[in-house]
Amino acid sequence: MTNSFLLDGEEVPFTPGQTVMQAASAAGKYIPHLCWHPDFAAHGSCKLCTVKIGGRFATACTTRAAAGQEVENGTEELIAKRRTLLQLLFVEGNHFCPSCEKSGNCVLQATAYEMGMLSPHFDHFYPDRAVDASHPDVLLDFNRCIMCELCVRASRDVDGKNVFALSGRGAKSHLIVNSESGRLADTDFAATDRAAEVCPVGVILRKRVGFAVPIGQRDYDAKPISQKAVEKLADSEKEAG
Amino acid sequence: MSFELETATVASDNLRRVAIDPVSRVEGHGKVTILLDEHNKVHQVRLHIVEFRGFERFIQGRPYWEVPVMVQRLCGICPVSHHLAASKALDVIVGADRLTPTAEKMRRLMHYGQILQSHALHFFHLSSPDLLFGFDSEVSRRSIVGVAEKYPDIARKGILLRKYGQEVIRHTAGKRVHGTGSVPGGVNKSLSGAERAELLKDAYQMIAWSRDAVRIIKELHEQNPALYDSFGTFPSNFMGMVAPDGSLDLYHGVLRAKDAAGRILFDHVDYQTYDTLITEEVKPWSYMKFPYFTSMGPEQGWYKVGPLARVQNCDSIPTPFAEHERRELVAYAGGKPMHATLGFHWARMIEMLFAAETIKALLHDDDIEGTDLVVTGERRREGVGVIEAPRGTLFHHYQVGDDDLVTMANLIVSTTNNNQAMNSAVREVAKQYLDGKEITEGLLNHIEVAIRAYDPCLSCATHALGKMPLEVTLLDAEGQMLDRKYKS
Ligand code: SF4
Ligand code: FES
Repeated sequence: MTNSFLLDGEEVPFTPGQTVMQAASAAGKYIPHLCWHPDFAAHGSCKLCTVKIGGRFATACTTRAAAGQEVENGTEELIAKRRTLLQLLFVEGNHFCPSCEKSGNCVLQATAYEMGMLSPHFDHFYPDRAVDASHPDVLLDFNRCIMCELCVRASRDVDGKNVFALSGRGAKSHLIVNSESGRLADTDFAATDRAAEVCPVGVILRKRVGFAVPIGQRDYDAKPISQKAVEKLADSEKEAG
Repeated sequence: MSFELETATVASDNLRRVAIDPVSRVEGHGKVTILLDEHNKVHQVRLHIVEFRGFERFIQGRPYWEVPVMVQRLCGICPVSHHLAASKALDVIVGADRLTPTAEKMRRLMHYGQILQSHALHFFHLSSPDLLFGFDSEVSRRSIVGVAEKYPDIARKGILLRKYGQEVIRHTAGKRVHGTGSVPGGVNKSLSGAERAELLKDAYQMIAWSRDAVRIIKELHEQNPALYDSFGTFPSNFMGMVAPDGSLDLYHGVLRAKDAAGRILFDHVDYQTYDTLITEEVKPWSYMKFPYFTSMGPEQGWYKVGPLARVQNCDSIPTPFAEHERRELVAYAGGKPMHATLGFHWARMIEMLFAAETIKALLHDDDIEGTDLVVTGERRREGVGVIEAPRGTLFHHYQVGDDDLVTMANLIVSTTNNNQAMNSAVREVAKQYLDGKEITEGLLNHIEVAIRAYDPCLSCATHALGKMPLEVTLLDAEGQMLDRKYKS
């Protein structure tokens, strides 16, 4: 048997060891995701990449591709589920798109559009989360954290600093900064760290940038994330040679 | 899993972004209480504006560069005014004492686009039905739809004038609502050649139609001077911003005030010092504060802001057609200031003409295609930004910590500046039109017309676009309720 599987009826090749997500992305196919990033180990926490493999739900970012698999991705059933997951994320934090400087560059927002989410549907939690502005160059606005732990992985695995961690359980989980004071200024975090640019939403922000790039000229303004995500991956592979 | 009404059927660009937005619009309303004395004469009239409060707190703790975008949520009609007033305050914070010519002109263009669209909306959509059909005419006719049936040409011009203003905003702010064009220290875009050409195409038509609009309101005054000169008329001081040379400038300048007789009270005041000039009085019966000139005290020191104040406060208007019309208004008033409530509409249309002429001039200036957009300088901790918003002087005042978060915000919106004046206008109208112990439809309508001359819908305070829920309560000398009417 050749190394390929069917994604919504289309053949997708893979190399052994690849996950469904990796193989699909390499083949230019978009599977919605939030906590997955091609440069980091899969995390499997957001469940947005949920697909159906042989009729059973599985997260594409953690499931190995196997020859002959039949994977459903773009079905109305799965999109509706993803929409609900997104709505839960929106009400759990304080997401305020019209005045958020990440608007147009935000993976959460772009994915919500992609999935056809037009209202948050659930009651808002309005959690009380403080902003950490202690660092001279970078602002942390925890209101928008979706706990994907990309920053945790980037800081630990790439920067070797361990600046971020998740703390608490269940509905009480939240992102913390690893310093005695809990303030970013009291860590060795630097604006040049990989963790400074990995956040898919508007938590980790370079200060004083704000709206320098007009709305309308941002990543997901011209193209939907399904297209943009695939292009970004292709570009980064080109760069990597 | 899918929920009922989960997916809206409309998908416009505007809707998309705003849709994912947890903050529901807080609507307030105007409440009028009229107290009679023992002879059933009007003893006391109070307009309570139920304001959406707490916005200042909302801004506190936010990074300063977010503020110009965030504050646009304050007003459904003139978000751009808040966008620019906040930007101007933050220019001071980032040390941008002089913007680049491109930034300054783009902001002006945005602002005059805003004036044009808001004034067109205010006059044609919201007020012209009252003025053209009479305050007591059938409710069903008193809308822009009614105007479109009887006076299709007027309605059409009104709608297209507003639309043009919105197009100017879209090209300068990036979007028609919640634009991001103005940033601390400048702007984030200039006009492309194509955008400039597109706007220029209709610029002259807008001037012509604005001239027609001035003529309409002027004729209404001339046809019925008894009504127009006396309706809700009361003397007061007035305040507004003027250019340093005394000419009308709605974007930037110095503060000037005149008394009821037109004598200068103060002039050339740097608005950074507004808090020494103005005191905001809190009254137990109203949520909205009552500002007054500190030196004159609360009894004497209250004032009007907005078109009628501005057009009479300045020495001249720097565009030819609007200046001509200003002189006509001054001549009509006969050498002393006009204090008629309906005079606001006349002055408003003169300003709309000024805006149209200014837009044309700016579009002819090559700087608006420039690429030098932002400047910064020495960082400061405090800044005040003032703009002449469509309905009057608007103050934004911020303090920002070294960590870039806002620590203090104080806003005086146009409606608040006019709080006492609007109360006086409603008082005059109640005196003139309250007859007996009942609140008639006619009284309700007249009160509404008076408030609308200042503020079409109390929008800064209530976030309601084009709507003005109004409640009028009549109390006798013992405080017993005689009547109550509600209108939404
Ligand atoms: S800060 Fe950003 S990257 Fe880190 S966990 Fe939260 S959302 Fe993810
Ligand atoms: S992307 Fe697979 S679980 Fe988050």
